[in-house]
Amino acid sequence: MALLAEHGTDAMLMAGGTDLLPNIKHRVATPEHVVSIRDLPELQGFEVSEHGATLGAGTRLSRLEHDPQIRRVYPALAESASLISVPQVRAVGTLGGNICLDTRCNYYNQSYEWRQAIGFCMKRDSPICRVAPGGDRCWAVASADTVPVLIALRADVEVVSGHQERVLPLEAIYQDDGLEPTTLTFGEIVQGIKIPPPHGYVTVYQKFRLRQSFDFPLVGIAVSIRSDISGIVAEARIVMTAVASYPERAEPAERLLVGAPLTEESILAAGNAVFRQAKPMDNTAGTIFHRKRMARILVERALRRIAQLPETMQRVS
Amino acid sequence: MSTDITEEPTGQAGDRPPGRRSFSVVGKRSRKYDWHAKLTGQAKYADDLSLPRMIYGRLLRSPHPHARLLRIDTRKAGALPGVFAILTGQDLPTKYGILPSSQDENALAIERVRYMGEPVAAVAAIDEWTAEEACRAIEVLYEPLPPVMSIDEALADETPKIHDWTRDRNIQKEVLLEFGDLEAGFAEADYIFEDEYFFEGNTHVPMENHAVVADWAANGHVTVWSSTQTPHYLHRELAKVLELPPSRIRVIVPPVGGGFGGKSEAFSHEIVAPVLSRLSGHPVKICLSREEVFYCHRGRHPVKMWIRTGVKGDGTITAMDFSSTLDGGAYGSYGIATTYYTGALNTLPYEVPRYRFRGRRVFTNKPPCGPKRGHGTVQPRFAIEAHLDRVAENLGLDPAAMRGHILVKPNTWTINHLRVTSCGLGDAIEAVIERSDWTRKHGRMRHGQGIGLACSVYLSGAGLPIYWNPMPHSGAQIKIDRGGGVTVYCGTSDIGQDSDSMLACVVAEELGVDLDAIHLVTGDTSLAPVDLGSYSSRVTFMAGNAARQAAAQLRARLMDVAAETLEVPTDRLAAAGGIIFDRQDTARQLPFDEAARLAEARFGTLGAVGSYTPPRLAGPYKGSGVGPSPAYSFTCAAAEVEVDTETGELRVRKIWVAHDLGRALNPTVCEGQIEGGVYMGWAEATIEEQVFRKGLHKQPSLLEYKIPAAQDTPDIDTVMIESDDPEGPFGAKEVGQGPLAPVIPAVTNAVYDAIGIRLTSTPITPDKILHVLEARRKRASAAV
Repeated sequence: MALLAEHGTDAMLMAGGTDLLPNIKHRVATPEHVVSIRDLPELQGFEVSEHGATLGAGTRLSRLEHDPQIRRVYPALAESASLISVPQVRAVGTLGGNICLDTRCNYYNQSYEWRQAIGFCMKRDSPICRVAPGGDRCWAVASADTVPVLIALRADVEVVSGHQERVLPLEAIYQDDGLEPTTLTFGEIVQGIKIPPPHGYVTVYQKFRLRQSFDFPLVGIAVSIRSDISGIVAEARIVMTAVASYPERAEPAERLLVGAPLTEESILAAGNAVFRQAKPMDNTAGTIFHRKRMARILVERALRRIAQLPETMQRVS
Repeated sequence: MSTDITEEPTGQAGDRPPGRRSFSVVGKRSRKYDWHAKLTGQAKYADDLSLPRMIYGRLLRSPHPHARLLRIDTRKAGALPGVFAILTGQDLPTKYGILPSSQDENALAIERVRYMGEPVAAVAAIDEWTAEEACRAIEVLYEPLPPVMSIDEALADETPKIHDWTRDRNIQKEVLLEFGDLEAGFAEADYIFEDEYFFEGNTHVPMENHAVVADWAANGHVTVWSSTQTPHYLHRELAKVLELPPSRIRVIVPPVGGGFGGKSEAFSHEIVAPVLSRLSGHPVKICLSREEVFYCHRGRHPVKMWIRTGVKGDGTITAMDFSSTLDGGAYGSYGIATTYYTGALNTLPYEVPRYRFRGRRVFTNKPPCGPKRGHGTVQPRFAIEAHLDRVAENLGLDPAAMRGHILVKPNTWTINHLRVTSCGLGDAIEAVIERSDWTRKHGRMRHGQGIGLACSVYLSGAGLPIYWNPMPHSGAQIKIDRGGGVTVYCGTSDIGQDSDSMLACVVAEELGVDLDAIHLVTGDTSLAPVDLGSYSSRVTFMAGNAARQAAAQLRARLMDVAAETLEVPTDRLAAAGGIIFDRQDTARQLPFDEAARLAEARFGTLGAVGSYTPPRLAGPYKGSGVGPSPAYSFTCAAAEVEVDTETGELRVRKIWVAHDLGRALNPTVCEGQIEGGVYMGWAEATIEEQVFRKGLHKQPSLLEYKIPAAQDTPDIDTVMIESDDPEGPFGAKEVGQGPLAPVIPAVTNAVYDAIGIRLTSTPITPDKILHVLEARRKRASAAV
């Protein structure tokens, strides 16, 4: 904290470095100083049981992936962690790093020379967004895999700053702005995550990418459903990643599901609502056409898994 | 229509004993020659080299795809502390290019830049960081010009000219070849089919980025260590551009981390490094970044193709008319050869009695395209095999059986004067049919699942050198020391395909020693005789024959002294495992090292040279230089796929491949080459594409240029067909490139079998599949 205070905005925090170091090489991050928080004891908390979880921000992604308690109590979280990049990255990358992952864009995550050739972009060194040059905002994409799952699990985040500590819903630190994807202020550090008990909720994460390793999501959907004893959906959370600058709740689809049992019809209706809502831009791999359709398919598949219906419905004869 | 060969094969393989013989080294599985160094990290790649006082170079590259280069001011950069030397285009005015007919590149651009990433200046500095800072301090004034980014734009009426000399728009080269009476052929046909295809460009992605170390010594001798497939051609280009006698230049090839065609010609960094060394008085190292490797490119051309085929009811081809337009990128590179290659091998592996080929290559403002594994034959093979799948379906024929029925026969000539010797493709097709359970699966799997099959052909080395000369294509020198050690000197460049072990295997077999007795000096233009390079799958056939020829001479001397010592006639002697022995009385033995000492006493120092020149095979027409090869490899592949009709995702579950490689010298390495080729073909079929946006490479990184990983890779079932080529070393033909080509159409045909729609462009992405499925659904509902 003192180091951060001393060097101000010339300094950046680094835990695993799997997000920051490529950005430094591309010169989209140009800190004079890097403050390592990898070994801070305050970030190493790790308590998991049926009564909930408190996970330090320094928790390695590989631990989330493999820890038997996480796998038992929050299997969707373990799965989402296991789908991040490659084992080497998961071995050093942290939960806090995934929560604070910089937004991504294929006009932005490029070398200095490449960005110079295109005249730079709004997220770094230019007033113009290359994705939508006429607009006044940055469209870089929120690309974390664990975050939609944590929001679906109704997790809270612990944020510390000096001696101040605040706890707020994880969802609340994000905003739809590629430039400033979180509301965290300078000097605030994500200390950890608190996840409520999973009782009654079934949570599923679905990720689409072109390769089965390395790749960030081109669409990711986390769905969490609590049904009452008669099978009526009492609560639904659907969170999309990689289709906006923040983890976006699919509230229209959630509303459609609540108050009725999960059926083929309600699942298709939710899929349609997600399809209408998801507005990917042309700044990742894949195409808008396909990613928009994948958003629908992934939410339908997640819901089918939860409802224990057959995984796919053959649309094409 | 094929002609029987009446003359004896004219290759120099020489003393083949009749019939199948047993081998002591050939055909045995063994480790790669350099396995230990590579597995333990001790292998010194170009980037691992460090010389005393070495400094670092870097290239400044154009940010514009197309611009006039008005002014370069290097004063600020030159004044930075730690900067030793700076070069711009004017310092290296001599143009060069791998083909004598395409001398169109400067090491650093002069007056004009033609692709984003083209080098315009070079800096040598105390470290890489300083060199990068210095590049940024160089002030370049550009006048941007409208870029030409596609075949259509290059052929538009009002297109800006990329090279002033092109006569018609941006067309670099047009070729027309016609064999036989095409009209008569189509008149004879029962059916005529016509299709169009597009093959998207892609690049090599070798594990090792290009790197060079150059040392211009005070005595004027220049040594260049470079990760190159073609040290001999680099040697020539350096002599030309540096304006030095070649005798003062030495090119050394350290272990190379893959090439696939992407390191087969001289690159800017290889040319500027020695000059920076001369100016600074220090050795200079330049390692390219991964992004720069994408700008070097020389990879697979995007190609538009059109094909028209006349067939009889049983599939027999009566005529084929084929045309291709290649998107060449900004410079010539190998492109004229590539253009010919999109036509040259289309008369194989099926009998094509009348054939016309029209090809042209256009310039665009993109990194130059060149040779990638299967050089220019992969794109037309995709088109032809997808086309024939449709032909077979329309004729009501099984596509595998139809192919088997129309195959070329061994020992024949094609209509365009290609000589076929051994051909094991019939066996390959049968193997794939059987192992893939083709007959039970094709056309019978449930919707969304399918199987497809295709065949292909490739060269065992180009029959002609890249620059005209009457000298051998490969030379080898062998010496035997008094301890029985055998050292082989050969200019081959081992780029991971294991040409080193191939040399060791051939020589060990010929001399009857164990592999351990062989020492190799390769990839060095001063220490070893010329080999033209690791391209066109030529090394096993050509360097292998050269080494065998040298070894055979030494074997004769050793047998002479052994016959005398053992008192046995030479024709009764055999050699294996370091022992020369009497075949009739195997207890009569002479150890190899003792024979070597006796032979040295008798004949003097034990050394011999061998060389290989391919037989003259080119036909009597212009353009006949591309296509002839002393032998062709043949491949059949089948792919089983599953298409998720909801998401459009395509999963290739298994690929069966059978490759006629003549003989597997080292089966383990040959299987590795086949599997590598299959992997690369499958990747090109399903995911890889080199695409551009706003004049820039869209994804010059390993994260975003999607080269698939282990989890994505399908099971591969590999069969090696040994057709025992009459001229190959111990019957061997190529294995490094051929197995790639049939995989792409096999996957395409399998997708058709799965969903009933023919995709006509690569790669087959989920996006494309969903598009065609949605279009069909809309048509179906409109029809209701």
